[in-house]
Amino acid sequence: MKDFNYHSVKDSKEASKLASSSSAFLAGGMTTIPSMKLGLATYKDLIDIKNIKKLSGIKVSGKSVTIGAATKHVEVSNSKDVKKAIPSLSSLAEGIGDPQVRNRGTIGGSIANNDPSADYPSACIALNATIHTNERKIEASKFFKGMFETALKKGELIEAIEFQIPEKSSYQKHPNPASRYAIVGVYVAKHKGDVNVAVTGAKSCVYNDKEMSKALSGNFSSSSIDGMDLDSSEMNSDMHASAEFRASLVVTQAKKAVDAC
Amino acid sequence: MASLVGSRVERKEDKRFLTGKGRYTADINLANQTYAIFVRSPHARASIKKLNIDKALKSSGIVSILTGKEIADDKIGGLIAGWAIRSEDGTEMKCPGNPPLAKDNVNFVGDPVAVVIAESLAEAKEAAEKVEVDYKVLKAVTSTADAMNGDTIHEGIDKNLCFDWLLGDRQKVKEAFDKADKVISIDIINNRLIPNAMEPRACVADYNAASEEITLYTTSQNPHLSRLIMSAFGNVAPEHKLRVVAPDVGGGFGSKINVYNEDIVCSWAAKKINRAIKWVAERSESFLTDIHGRDHVTHAELAVTKDGKFLGFKNETIANLGAYARVFGTVTPTYLFGPCATGVYEIPAAYTNVKAVYTNTAPVDAYRGAGRPEATYTIERLVEKASMELGIDKTELRIKNFPTAFPFKQTLVHTVDSGDYVAGMEKAKQMADYKGFEARRKESEAKGKLRGIGVTSYFEACGIAPSAAVMSLGCGVGLWESAEVRFNPTGQVTVYTGSHSHGQSHQTTFAQIAADELGVPIENIDIVHGDTDKGTFGMGTYGSRSLAVGGIAIVNACKKIVEKGKRVTAKMLEANPEDVEFKDGEFIVSKSNKKKTIGEVAFACYLPGVRDEMKSPLPEGDEPGLKETSFYDPSNFSFPAGTHIAEVEIDPETGHVKLEKYTACDDFGRIINPMVVEGQVHGGLAQGIGQALYENAEYDETGQLMTGSYMDYTMPRADNFPEFNIGYTCTHATTNPLGVKGCGEAGAIAAPPTVMNAVIDALGGQEVTMPATAEKVWKACKNLKKSNAKAA
Ligand SMILES: Cc1cc2nc3c(=O)[nH]c(=O)nc-3n(C[C@H](O)[C@H](O)[C@H](O)COP(=O)(O)OP(=O)(O)OC[C@H]3O[C@@H](n4cnc5c(N)ncnc54)[C@H](O)[C@@H]3O)c2cc1C
Repeated sequence: MKDFNYHSVKDSKEASKLASSSSAFLAGGMTTIPSMKLGLATYKDLIDIKNIKKLSGIKVSGKSVTIGAATKHVEVSNSKDVKKAIPSLSSLAEGIGDPQVRNRGTIGGSIANNDPSADYPSACIALNATIHTNERKIEASKFFKGMFETALKKGELIEAIEFQIPEKSSYQKHPNPASRYAIVGVYVAKHKGDVNVAVTGAKSCVYNDKEMSKALSGNFSSSSIDGMDLDSSEMNSDMHASAEFRASLVVTQAKKAVDAC
Repeated sequence: MASLVGSRVERKEDKRFLTGKGRYTADINLANQTYAIFVRSPHARASIKKLNIDKALKSSGIVSILTGKEIADDKIGGLIAGWAIRSEDGTEMKCPGNPPLAKDNVNFVGDPVAVVIAESLAEAKEAAEKVEVDYKVLKAVTSTADAMNGDTIHEGIDKNLCFDWLLGDRQKVKEAFDKADKVISIDIINNRLIPNAMEPRACVADYNAASEEITLYTTSQNPHLSRLIMSAFGNVAPEHKLRVVAPDVGGGFGSKINVYNEDIVCSWAAKKINRAIKWVAERSESFLTDIHGRDHVTHAELAVTKDGKFLGFKNETIANLGAYARVFGTVTPTYLFGPCATGVYEIPAAYTNVKAVYTNTAPVDAYRGAGRPEATYTIERLVEKASMELGIDKTELRIKNFPTAFPFKQTLVHTVDSGDYVAGMEKAKQMADYKGFEARRKESEAKGKLRGIGVTSYFEACGIAPSAAVMSLGCGVGLWESAEVRFNPTGQVTVYTGSHSHGQSHQTTFAQIAADELGVPIENIDIVHGDTDKGTFGMGTYGSRSLAVGGIAIVNACKKIVEKGKRVTAKMLEANPEDVEFKDGEFIVSKSNKKKTIGEVAFACYLPGVRDEMKSPLPEGDEPGLKETSFYDPSNFSFPAGTHIAEVEIDPETGHVKLEKYTACDDFGRIINPMVVEGQVHGGLAQGIGQALYENAEYDETGQLMTGSYMDYTMPRADNFPEFNIGYTCTHATTNPLGVKGCGEAGAIAAPPTVMNAVIDALGGQEVTMPATAEKVWKACKNLKKSNAKAA
């Protein structure tokens, strides 16, 4: 790893002031540190945001759950409030990586990184999340732009993620057996009015499967999507799973999620 | 005194390990040490056109940069294959040179071409990036099955073929097949694995210019053997000027048997720069450059009668050696494989033919089980298929072909001294509730799941092994083992063993043995190993040989101590040596109350005199001191055996295989410490199940390792396993005084076919290759649904 300057900041302003084209925010470091170690990324400055008070903690109101960006996965999975309001979100957090990763990794880091196989992005889409940054509010549907790409501008800091509490929801992941990231993860959330079927792992970026959402909005039963033949042409194919297998898994995991709701 | 052998004595080494006080190679820091980084080939096959270190030399903190040219100029030798194999046509195997630093050609990704030595690790890394190598990239050969059709990798080695070896009699086999009612045939792949010891390889080399002595601390399973190879073949230093220390070593599984490039280069370079050099592998280097395991492509056939008697067995295998033949590289797919491929059965005629090929991949060598997992996989998959095709219960079919008497002259090489395979099978069935399987299958079916049961009966030849036998088969050394038992004047004991512990608990089990033999409290016994300066010689630990060979050397040395003790006691108490008995640490003159404790005897041996009298307790011919050595050469291998049964449940929608139950019933002969044996079984099973369901080393067609990190190489984790159901039967080995057999590799040998037989049973007999990943199983489930629909 190349040498870098380490800064620990107390508030968002200080963080964005230090940000430059050769800096990165450091949250859990679970992505940043390994990529620096492997020489895939080099930064002059790392700006540690874990000590910004505003970025930590979980608040539940009648309609939403708001989680500070620097909140660790383990805090989300252990939170009684989250378990009560959106149990599927707590179990999603519990299924991320391994204990070491959950004890360090943060929700903000996960979303900012937007790994195509990460779990949280699907929660954001399914639960109509709003991403609060130090500059603005961004709807989840406009936040995830593509593989490892988000709407964040350089130096823009996520402060919190606000999830809408659904009537029912479930997240079902088929993990990569090695890394335990999602080969396919499907987050089904039934809100008043409509159903979201957010899919991660299958394509280059998380998406809401319109076809299944529509079918389930009409009839919220796994039978209404059973046997659906999804187009696999845009799906990822790698040594862990072919596009064809992923297409099948999307339907299978969606059915499991509906049944678990 | 109660016997310690057989009891769950807590591990003496755990205090050190659990409190972070282990001392591994990477923990060793020497004054004024430098740091090495190896510049490695990014290509699987290339010739080196030019190597330019000018820029790198200008980098800060550089001490030295050495390349293949310097090491060749200094006539430092390369890495070697330790076992010479002859082809069926009588020609000797063909091995390419394997210089520690490549000079002209590189043959796998990770092959080192230069070493950069700097004042700090960061500076070494920085400079390594500035070493410019101009490669002419050549077409790589990576596939085991097609290697013989690829470009010639090593000049003069036609078809990339190291040898084409035969064990057995083709004509007899042909005759047997002519008489068969049915021939069962199978095509299987034994997937390539990466050992992944928890501690990555490392070495620290030091040079003392005054004594001209090199000291190498290294992660080795066999420091004396490393010294011998580095001295005799590497020309690094004469043996008496080379000390090799393997301190605490965090797992090996065979991957630390070899002397590696880095050991030789750092030792040689330390002398050149007259400073200590430290190198610690990063995990990604371990993936690329540790030896890999398995990697066979096999076609096998079994000739049977319609009532299930086995008549003949054929095994045609292509074994991948990787880029170079290393220490156990050539014996693993031959003598460790072929003899065991007929399994626990009486098969009148058999042969195994192995074509060992070179490819542009990391060298393949002995990995836990070494050859025997591949052998067991071959025969046990075949027998299971025979049971399906003949419609005979899988356990009945096996029992029908078990040997009826011991010693059992196995078809090809071994004479198995002891065992009771039927008892093992019956006990395993009971432990696994074999009878209740059908009901469990129905329950799974009701949930929409497929359930399968798989059985494996195995034997293996371990405790390697008799020197005359292995040297007659081409081994470069004899595989005896040594022990030295030294008493201090005040009665504590130091036992030096030539075995090496890197997770095997020798500090405890060997002390249990010595405590029983000598009647000395276990706290007063220290086990010392892993340092060429501390004992005469040792062959090291692999092939489940530590106890069955090294342990017996300890017993024999202890017996010599007791013999001397009897003579000394007799002299001291004025009795006949024949009248002295030894029990629980006391020498007793029979039919009298006269006795001496072993402590008193030790004291007398070191202080052989009395005040005011000219009198020695030592009989004529005995020298002072109490220290005995044994070089024990076993008369045979040892042959653990057993039956394992696995049950899996498959979700046909996702292809997910859940291992529901795993039963292992093993015969390891006499057990020294049940807790330690359980640990060995658990570890072996984890690796064997890992091979069946998770692990796979994959290269792409250009020779890049696709599974070069834990993000892609699936190391099994605790939550992948059910609670293991472990039991034993026990027949004592008749070929050693303790009656012990090896237990270190059994799990890794038996588990792959056991699990795969269960998976394939669940899939209605459809073949899937290891590892049975979700996608492969999902596809098989789809086919099954189609063929069931057609049948309906
Ligand atoms: C072995 C392993 C297994 C894993 N398994 C899973 C898994 O199963 N599922 C899963 O979803 N994830 C998984 N992860 C990812 C992990 O969950 C982390 O969430 C992820 O690595 C990023 O979070 P972090 O807090 O560590 O971010 P960091 O590594 O600190 O940062 C990541 C990136 O986000 C930026 N960033 C961080 N916080 C903010 C912020 N508040 N505002 C703006 N930008 C920010 C950083 O600048 C950086 O570019 C795994 C990681 C590892 C190492």
